[in-house]
Amino acid sequence: MDLPVIPIPPAAAAGGGCSSKGCGTGGDHLAGLPDAIRRKIQDHPCYSEDAHHYFARMHVAVAPACNIQCNYCNRKFDCSNESRPGVVSELLSPDQAVRKVLAVAAEIPQMTVLGIAGPGDPLANPERTFATFRMLSGKAPDIKLCVSTNGLRLPEFADEIAQHNIDHVTITINCVDPDVGARIYPWVYWNHRRLRGRDAAAVLIENQQKGLEMLIERGILVKVNSVMIPGINDRHLQEVSKVVKAKGAFLHNVMPLIAEAEHGTYFGVMGQASPTAEELQALQDECAGDMAMMRHCRQCRADAVGLLGEDRGAEFAMDKVDVMDIDYAAAMEKRARVREDLLGKLDAARGAKQAVRAAHEDAQAETAGLRPVLMAVATSGGGLVNQHFGHAREFLVYEASPEGVRFIGHRKTDLYCSGDETCGDGESVLDRTIAALAGCEAVLCSRIGFEPWGALEAAGVAPNGEHAMETIDEAVLAVYREMAAAGKLAIPAPLQKRA
Amino acid sequence: MALHISEFCIACDACRQVCPNDAIAEDRPWYLIDADKCTECSGDHPEAQCASICPVEGAICDELGVPLNPPGSLTGIPPELLPRLAATGGGSVTTGGGA
Ligand code: SF4
Ligand code: SF4
Repeated sequence: MDLPVIPIPPAAAAGGGCSSKGCGTGGDHLAGLPDAIRRKIQDHPCYSEDAHHYFARMHVAVAPACNIQCNYCNRKFDCSNESRPGVVSELLSPDQAVRKVLAVAAEIPQMTVLGIAGPGDPLANPERTFATFRMLSGKAPDIKLCVSTNGLRLPEFADEIAQHNIDHVTITINCVDPDVGARIYPWVYWNHRRLRGRDAAAVLIENQQKGLEMLIERGILVKVNSVMIPGINDRHLQEVSKVVKAKGAFLHNVMPLIAEAEHGTYFGVMGQASPTAEELQALQDECAGDMAMMRHCRQCRADAVGLLGEDRGAEFAMDKVDVMDIDYAAAMEKRARVREDLLGKLDAARGAKQAVRAAHEDAQAETAGLRPVLMAVATSGGGLVNQHFGHAREFLVYEASPEGVRFIGHRKTDLYCSGDETCGDGESVLDRTIAALAGCEAVLCSRIGFEPWGALEAAGVAPNGEHAMETIDEAVLAVYREMAAAGKLAIPAPLQKRA
Repeated sequence: MALHISEFCIACDACRQVCPNDAIAEDRPWYLIDADKCTECSGDHPEAQCASICPVEGAICDELGVPLNPPGSLTGIPPELLPRLAATGGGSVTTGGGA
């Protein structure tokens, strides 16, 4: 079965005639992409919101060195372009990385994608990076490979990238104007010198843009990541979106700056503000007029393993992998079966989603003219409302409106803590969770405890456990219609108490 | 005539990859420059390559132990904010002037 597509004439798309409402409501943000690209990414969890519920990705940290400095990065930790700031991943040799990937692929057959993203810049460590890719494309041809880079050395390696089984590259592009760049990058190592200021940014930008063009010419998919830095590049990112789309990037992912003083970054120490979830969403909506936006990026660790924000990396630490016995030929057969099965489920889910949306459109009279509502959903995958409120480490946020439902993004409940148990007592975790849900009027989950129920209500977020095991679209639209029937949508959203 | 690497090294491998003389090796607890091989890059480059790419201040030092990248020179974080940063992490530093 083919995916339901909303056809967008190329001319209209290129001319910006497709507004975020027009193409954002019908299906996933990938609906406007050409068939060939959609086929390539249909089981890629980092690019497709739907696939993210079924397929898993992993990263291996084989690339320690970097050749630029970003003001939101502290080199004692992983690269923050591609990883959560403030974490340190287990550095592996290419041999170790390959063993680990095979172990994970055998154990988690839904793992379809292997990325190299750090902890430094993969192309600043070309030997280690390409050795890993070379071995993997030989031993595990069923795994998609991708690489993330700051782009400085892309022109030099575009041909080599094209030779491997690498069909996706992510470039972090925070600006196309060297004056903006001078406030983001203190230095760049280029041509045997440490360049600084505007000169450094100009060299970086020139190479990123040239690298982007070269990859597109070679038929490689390019996603662009940008870090939104309020007051520095927030107004500039729409321009970035236009430029990279014109050159052929297929997806733009705007991520929030995370700047905490304790991470020891320039921005953190100097008190640079991070964007709120609402500011981020507003910018993503503005950029969406220009190109497909990605809203489900988890900014996962450079050695992350797993599905939907989960991290099973600890199960595959090198000492554990070393004692595992792996029969990859057998694993590959199993993987192929699991993949077919999941693609079938994903297809069915996409079909069901279309049906739910069509039904909603038929019933438009009930909700015509009403205001849109944001709702948070706790899910552990499969596109269902199937997670206990208290177990959710992140919530997916959807917007319901008379036009339908669209995915807006995700909110982490542990955004600023390292994720271990030492980061505070239960009460402050609940407070943080409620703060993370700002702007949402309801939260849908499979179950919820008594205490959080009261706290959520007091904060103006209606808890709802009545749609457990329904598909997310179905549940969100049902709650929307319930709110409409109760007359809650004729009046403006209630003022929420900030936790 | 040789540079050396101090305990501030984070073992990122950047310097090893750009040294024209293969003078740098991975070592514990931090990277090591072979004083017999290091020429301070003279004859190859106008600037010492390891010092031009090293991301941490204070890691690459000259023969007298003077850092080629002194505090504040790479990140732009004013040096007076650096100790305070260490203090917030360590939690055992006396803060003055709390009248
Ligand atoms: S100064 Fe030059 S020769 Fe000496 S270790 Fe550094 S890069 Fe190598
Ligand atoms: S570049 Fe600096 S931090 Fe990295 S290994 Fe060399 S001395 Fe250590």
